[in-house]
Amino acid sequence: MSGTHKIELGRRYRFSASHRLHTPQLSEEENSRVFGKCNNPYGHGHNYVVEVSMSGDVDPATGMIANLADLDAFVERQVLEEFDHKSLNEDVSVFRERVPTTENLCIEIFRRLKSFPKAKLERIRVEETGNNSFEYAGENQEGKRP
Amino acid sequence: MVLLTRKIEFSASHRYHNPNLSAEENQRIFGKCNNPHGHGHNYTLQVTIEGEPDPVTGMVLDLKELKEILEREVMQRMDHRHLNYEVAELAGQIPTCENIARVIWQLLEPKITEGRLHRVRLYESPDLFADCYRNGANGAGKS
Repeated sequence: MSGTHKIELGRRYRFSASHRLHTPQLSEEENSRVFGKCNNPYGHGHNYVVEVSMSGDVDPATGMIANLADLDAFVERQVLEEFDHKSLNEDVSVFRERVPTTENLCIEIFRRLKSFPKAKLERIRVEETGNNSFEYAGENQEGKRP
Repeated sequence: MVLLTRKIEFSASHRYHNPNLSAEENQRIFGKCNNPHGHGHNYTLQVTIEGEPDPVTGMVLDLKELKEILEREVMQRMDHRHLNYEVAELAGQIPTCENIARVIWQLLEPKITEGRLHRVRLYESPDLFADCYRNGANGAGKS
C-alpha cells in the first residue's frame, strides 16, 4: 500500500435465513435460560445484512480496488447461494457443530471470503437486525481496523 | 481521543471510461457505468474527525466550522456537477467511490486545523461505499 492514505471498499449484501440457538452441550433448561426465545424449537429468521470491507491498491486504469462484478460474483458463490432462504442450522454444515449466532456467522463468512483473489479482506460486519450488528476482522491482526 | 462525524449529501453525475482502453474493454470492465451520457447518484459523505475535546468548550472542533469547510471544499465543488468534467482534482481519473473519497481526503486534510481527519466515508448508494484513512493509522477507531 503506497501513499499517505489507505482506501477500503465497502459493499453490503443481504440474505434471509432461519436459525435456532441451541447447543447439545447444555441441558434443555440451560438452553432455554441462555438463549431465551432464540431457543424456540422451530427456529425463527432474520433479514441479514453483510457488510464486506476490502482494501488494496486502486488500479489507475479503472479507479477501483476490485471490480464490483467480480466481488459480487464471489460473495454470491461463497456465501449467498448457500445461506439465502435456508436454515443455517440444517443447511450450512459448519452450524451443525456450532451455534449459529451472528458472532459465529461473522467468523464463518470471513473464512469464506478471505480467499478473494483481487483484494484483501479487512473485515466482515453482519447486521442481524437494524439494532444488532457484529464485526470480525480475523485473528493475528488480519484486517486490523485503521 | 474522541471521534466526531458529520454527514452531508450531494448529487452528481459521472461516467466510467478510460480513453486508453478500447470501447469493448471499457464496456467489459465498467458495464452500464460506461454509458456515454453518464448517470448520477445521491452521494452521502461522512467525515470523521479525531481529537481531544477542548476543556473550555467541550468540542473537538466547532461543528459550524466543519460545516463551512465541507460546504466550501465539497459541496461547491461537487454538488450538482459532472464529476468527470467539472472537478479539476478528478481530471484524468475514473470517478469511482475510491478515487472521490481520496480526493475529498486530500481536500479536507489540510483544512482541518483543530483535531485531525480520521476517516472519509463516501456512499455512492446505501450498498456501496469507500473509506479513506491515513496510511499506517491504527488503533481503536470505530466505524
